Amino acid sequence: MGGPERAVLKICVLYPDLLGTYGDGGNALVLAQRALARGIEVDVRSVTIGAAIPPASIYLLGGGEDGPQRLACDLAGEGGLVERVNEGGAVVAVCAGLQILGSSFAIEGDASYPGLGIVDAVTTRGARRSVGEMATSVGERMLVGFENHGGVTTLGAGVAAMGEMLVGRGNDGRVDGFRAARLWATYAHGPVLALNPWLADEILSEVTGHDLAPWPSVADRLYEERCAVLSTRRADGDRRSGHR
Amino acid sequence: MDDVRTLRPRSALAIGVVRGVNALSRGLGRGSGTVVGGRCGLAIEPSLLRVLARGRQIVLVSGTNGKTTTSAMLRAGWGQPVAANVTGANMPEGHVAALCASGASRAVLETDEAWLPHVVAATAPAAVLLLNLSRDQLDRASEVRQLAQRWRECLDVPYFSGTVVANAADPLVVFAAEVAAKVAWVDLPATWRDDAASCPHCTRAIVFVGDDWSCPCGFAKPRDCATRLDDGLWIDGVRRDVALALPGAFNEANAAMALTGLARLGVDLEPAARRLATVTSVEGRYGRRRYGEHVVRVLLAKNPAGTAALLSSLSGDDEVWVAINAQVADGRDPSWIYDVPFEELRGRHVVCLGERRLDLATRLLYAGVSAEVVDDPAVLRRGTSAVTLIANYTAFREWVGRSAPC
Repeated sequence: MGGPERAVLKICVLYPDLLGTYGDGGNALVLAQRALARGIEVDVRSVTIGAAIPPASIYLLGGGEDGPQRLACDLAGEGGLVERVNEGGAVVAVCAGLQILGSSFAIEGDASYPGLGIVDAVTTRGARRSVGEMATSVGERMLVGFENHGGVTTLGAGVAAMGEMLVGRGNDGRVDGFRAARLWATYAHGPVLALNPWLADEILSEVTGHDLAPWPSVADRLYEERCAVLSTRRADGDRRSGHR
Repeated sequence: MDDVRTLRPRSALAIGVVRGVNALSRGLGRGSGTVVGGRCGLAIEPSLLRVLARGRQIVLVSGTNGKTTTSAMLRAGWGQPVAANVTGANMPEGHVAALCASGASRAVLETDEAWLPHVVAATAPAAVLLLNLSRDQLDRASEVRQLAQRWRECLDVPYFSGTVVANAADPLVVFAAEVAAKVAWVDLPATWRDDAASCPHCTRAIVFVGDDWSCPCGFAKPRDCATRLDDGLWIDGVRRDVALALPGAFNEANAAMALTGLARLGVDLEPAARRLATVTSVEGRYGRRRYGEHVVRVLLAKNPAGTAALLSSLSGDDEVWVAINAQVADGRDPSWIYDVPFEELRGRHVVCLGERRLDLATRLLYAGVSAEVVDDPAVLRRGTSAVTLIANYTAFREWVGRSAPC
């Protein structure tokens, strides 16, 4: 961290060379740009295969295919991500990143592979892939995004979900992801923070400990548009998003 | 191909149906008439593609980017009558329609990446060109590493004795092609690497140094390349000068692949290279069109690697319009725009069009690029600028329909 007047927000993208299938790098960009717009200094770094995990304010985990996901999990474990989180590092994880944070996940067929165990969550292989736009209700808000995964994630007792499913499958058709102090995980892959500017600001606010001034932009129009589209889809009971 | 009279009745019937349905479809103005007839024919005779391919010299072209252009170059360069799926219908129904429509003894078939194993088995091709593999429409296609594995399996079979012409710069393509009995490696300048960071054999990190790459497990860029595109184009040790009419470094790479393929088919490369220069527009791509008073160059960009290549070939003076849709043919998920280095457009003012123009404008906001959302394209008719329009698949088709040839 920097001097007492001006702390630097350190954003660390973990293994973009393994986890970054669907434009997941967009989340680091969104956090950095929204922080800069509020006068918060940022330092964005990527940790690639073989590099050590440095101390940071926020770690980002993206999505990936089976082999790279297993390798990223091993590397994050060896690299000390669990220790970094215990020291106070926040984590934002999507898709495969969500599965890695849990106690175990299914890989290559139905074999179970140990996760980092940061959260009590077990992922098994679903009967079919979940592909399509999704929406989750998070308190008074709606979280919108796109999911594409084959996992079914079961949360342990006492683990809070990110939200309740409105459209799409998420963890199990009822809830999506999980949420704890300084930890956000969702099946909405890719640039989920670009689609949900409120969530990006919530993360920045919780991590920096400051309320943020509003920063209106075209991203708000995009969010309203996707909320409207998904609300209509839900009202129609329309399953065009690929869920049958 | 066999004369219709020597075919078994079911095959002859199927061929007649393909021709009849497609003629009817074209007559009714219901599209270019390729898919529907082919589908009917395959329903009657499931092995129709195999029947139609028999006795012909067939070249398949597959890969994420460059299939249509490379196929057009192969056709032009071959200099003989060639059957081809020119409308871009690149699955078996399109192949069947193309082979029914032409009795030519040679065929160039652009082939969807996921269908390549099926089409290799059905057509026993003389050559297979493997261009590249990168992320594309991932909400419906298999993920790229799985595709590379399936390509590998289909080339390592006793019934395939053709030559594989393969891009040595792409580790996933090399992984697929290295098992084939005959390979002509093409050493192209490296571009997109984000999908090949982890070794397809052992998942360790591939080390890229300049245009070279290798993995600690021993998997590495092939050394014995037939073709080199570096200081000019060299094929089998001979320099070939090609004056391409199509723009961009990626089209030089496509030409290198096409000419290497033709070399392996025994085509004389000197006249072939001259014929390649006659390709000026491919299925409406690259051509200049008129919209209002604007002259618009319409470029098709379907995925991150293709879009990145187009951004790096933009002319300094052109206005830039970008149109993004997310229909089934485009892939329903526009997340891929975050894998495109739109930061390269900083300093320009970009017009955002298409169904997902707000996603695009948001991407450009975060890239620090000045952007304007245009809800109704009609307002753009005023003005006399030279414009480059980058559009993904269905948006490209809309804009070709909305504009007129120059």
